[in-house]
Amino acid sequence: MNTLKRSTHPQRFLSSGRFATALLTAAVMGASAPAFAQDDDPIKVGILHSLSGTMAISETVLKDTVEMLIEQQNEAGGLLGRQLEAVVVDPASNWPLFAERARELLAQEEVDVIFGNWTSVSRKAVLPVVEELNGLLFYPVQYEGEESSENVFYTGAAPNQQAIPAVEYLINEVGIERFALVGTDYVYPRTTNRILEAFLKDEHGIAEEDIMVNYTPFGHSDWQNIVAEIRRFGEEGKPTAVISTVNGDANVPFYTELSNQGIDAADIPVIAFSVGEQELTGIDTGPLVGHLAAWNYFMSVDNDDNYDFIDAWIEYTGDDMAVTNDPMEAHYIGFNMWAEAVRKAGTTDVDTVKDAIIGVTVPNLSGGYAAMMPNHHITKPVLIGEIQDNGQFDIVWQTPSTVAGDAWSDYLPGSRDLIADWRKPMECGNFNVVNGSCGGSTAAEEAEAALAE
Amino acid sequence: MRRFLSLALLCFLLLGITLNAQAQSTDAASSSTNDAAALELLEALDVESYTAKGEAITAILQSDDERARDWLQALLDGRLQRTEDGRFVLVLENRGRDWPVADVLTGEALGEMSRRDLERIGINNNLRNQLRSAIAVVDLYSLNVERRRTSAERLLGEVDGELVPTLDDLIAQEEDEQVRYRLTQAVAIYRAEAGEMAGVEALDGSLHPRSRVALSRAANGDDPVVANAAAASLSGIEQQLKINRGLETLYFGLSLGSVLVLAAIGLAITFGVMGVINMAHGELMMLGAYTTWAMQQLLPGQPGLALILSIPAGFMVAALAGVAIERGVIQFLKGRPLETLLATFGISLILQQLVRTVISPLNRTVITPEWMSGSLVVNDALSLTLNRMYVLGFALVVFAGLMLIMRRTRLGLEVRAVTQNRAMARSMGIRATRVDIMTFALGSGVAGLAGVALSQLTNVGPNLGQNYIIDSFMVVVFGGVGNLWGTLVAGLSLGVINQVLEPWAGAVLAKIIVLVFIILFIQKRPRGLFPQKGRAAEG
Repeated sequence: MNTLKRSTHPQRFLSSGRFATALLTAAVMGASAPAFAQDDDPIKVGILHSLSGTMAISETVLKDTVEMLIEQQNEAGGLLGRQLEAVVVDPASNWPLFAERARELLAQEEVDVIFGNWTSVSRKAVLPVVEELNGLLFYPVQYEGEESSENVFYTGAAPNQQAIPAVEYLINEVGIERFALVGTDYVYPRTTNRILEAFLKDEHGIAEEDIMVNYTPFGHSDWQNIVAEIRRFGEEGKPTAVISTVNGDANVPFYTELSNQGIDAADIPVIAFSVGEQELTGIDTGPLVGHLAAWNYFMSVDNDDNYDFIDAWIEYTGDDMAVTNDPMEAHYIGFNMWAEAVRKAGTTDVDTVKDAIIGVTVPNLSGGYAAMMPNHHITKPVLIGEIQDNGQFDIVWQTPSTVAGDAWSDYLPGSRDLIADWRKPMECGNFNVVNGSCGGSTAAEEAEAALAE
Repeated sequence: MRRFLSLALLCFLLLGITLNAQAQSTDAASSSTNDAAALELLEALDVESYTAKGEAITAILQSDDERARDWLQALLDGRLQRTEDGRFVLVLENRGRDWPVADVLTGEALGEMSRRDLERIGINNNLRNQLRSAIAVVDLYSLNVERRRTSAERLLGEVDGELVPTLDDLIAQEEDEQVRYRLTQAVAIYRAEAGEMAGVEALDGSLHPRSRVALSRAANGDDPVVANAAAASLSGIEQQLKINRGLETLYFGLSLGSVLVLAAIGLAITFGVMGVINMAHGELMMLGAYTTWAMQQLLPGQPGLALILSIPAGFMVAALAGVAIERGVIQFLKGRPLETLLATFGISLILQQLVRTVISPLNRTVITPEWMSGSLVVNDALSLTLNRMYVLGFALVVFAGLMLIMRRTRLGLEVRAVTQNRAMARSMGIRATRVDIMTFALGSGVAGLAGVALSQLTNVGPNLGQNYIIDSFMVVVFGGVGNLWGTLVAGLSLGVINQVLEPWAGAVLAKIIVLVFIILFIQKRPRGLFPQKGRAAEG
């Protein structure tokens, strides 16, 4: 915290011997110099991604992505004339450990910003820590919504930026009338499926018997019965689709079983929210051609910025076959937004950056722009891709313009009346528009509830 | 879809005669004029909009070009591509960076081209459906019986009034039993849905899902006689389906059980016979799975051969790793189960992280050979997945092999002697240390075999072992420590119990119920299903 305090408390700053130097520098550099020229210590960027344990498969590449972005930024002259320095910790796919590591980053390492987390439960665990120590966390993964913290910026998709448009695509473009919601048994699939069920019933009049919901444990490997059930569910004469929120490792046996039981994408398409290029590297995609995924970015996006990013990534990893994916793009956007906000604010001070970042707009990798909204979510295009036999996605549909992330779903009874707006004077993550009151932070309770599961 | 199909078929029938005539005589002059028209047809496919592509497909089908089927098939397979200079080519082989291609119009081979210079004509699921129907229509007249069979099957539930007379004619001419049966069914489905008695009668006893849908629509029809007949045959079909579903669940259970047996049987030797709690057993399986992956990397393009070779290779790799673990750690911890448990747990973490650092934290792709994918169709309602059938067979072979080794070989005899009474065995001249090494190597090697089999069913990644270690111990303890038969029976029965419970309770609850059941069972019979008897059990 010391670096932060030095710059935020003028008395202490004045008393420090550096003041004279700062004045001199300011005089030499003229108006272009920031008002408070800070010391030359590097700006510390914390990276909180699991490098071991079950989530290492997904999170390791995100750590590499941030490191690559830092390297690029340093080559371009750093930020505010200072170099950036990565501080990497390994929370080892252990949720309570995420909170400890976050505390370590903020209290001991005194990082200026954290990029991290993958699973929702790990984010919930970190929430009270970043709020207590007033940190900045950029969270890059699509998630279930129903949350908006003053200290967290959600650069992944909220349900209205992924799940809802995907279902509308299935109904309007493919003509699906029956839905099997299949997911891994934890908070993200359960909340998403709750929203989708409400959405299907209320907005599209889908009957109860045309919706099947099924949950499986983490790493589930025996899909025979569930796939047989899906097959029977789809044999009732109505066009059927599977909406999959199956996470990580369990996808490979799931897709293998689908193709072995002869379920073709043209008969029963599976649309997945957690399967990207990274996950497909472990699967022989030949039998999966035509199954779908909904994301805000695909590696196959035809755009020069994207090709530059891919080239840089291949060069950085030294692997010709390295793939890029949606959460990587989210970090790319988040990192650039933070850098832009720091430039705008002229300081890395958390409170100033937090205010400055709202409204910041940076290019995304699909040829458009991402803007930070007052609810700490960003605008994103929604893309639907079909799996190809080379492990890539062929984009078959996309929203005409970007969609702003909605922290609180419009389709759930409790959350319908809530909005988040972190600008003054509201400064609230869960403002109830009906009774006009702010619910306040519930980070501690949420963390406790998530970790208890 | 149905409208498209009948329209396409009608168009095709009008042109069918000319097409056949043309197929027999193509002279150079007409083919060059054809090529201009053909190029135009193909050009129409190279557009952004999928609706426009759909129209282009219909246009191709309606054209009298004899190459239409090949184009559509190439488009469906993603092999119809375009070069940078606008030529349409057929990709003959799409592995590696350079692909051999041939000109679509002339069929002339153009050598290899870099995939960067080729642009695929993309399709989506709707077009895929449309293409399959279109090809089915063409194939109905094919001379190839296989093609006619696929085509007839595709027509089930997609027939309408205009098609019926043509199909009736075709049925009369058809020589192949299976094609005739399918076509009759396809027509019957249409008739049943239209409320005709003949259709309902023809569908009696058919297990195909489309027939069931048709019958249930007929059962809700206006004519009470037809509706009753439909309801009657529906209930008969439901009865049949129930039996098939039961058989299917049994198969699922045996298949899950065979995976459990494979995972546990190596442990049954190291833990059950030797009494060593080896927490790194799962990682030995992981090594077997990675061996399969490595083999496939060594033999690109021959996944089947690589898989067969990885059976001995996986065994050896895991066995050697097992020997290293035994010599390096376990031999010093003899008779100290708690320390052994902790030490081997440490080894398991080391092995996992080693694979993560040396190979990759990401899962590796292990290709399933052609002959192991798909399923064996027993009837319309029951088909058995092939990969699992092979694994089931493999598990039984491994079990039989182990039984043979333990019962019929010198090693087996020595192992049994050493485990029953170490001191006595030694005084009879058996080198107990050597037996320890061999036994542990055998158990570890079998874990490697399990890994080879699992590579066909699940992820090959650093976490593979962790997912199976608990289940393995569960099976061994439930079956009775030290008894291979117990492991077999316990594995298979736990598999079946799990699969029977799953549709009813859900995957999460089913697993919990099985665990609770085992806990209660162990309370009642601490020595498992088949406890060892006699003095050996006391030691």
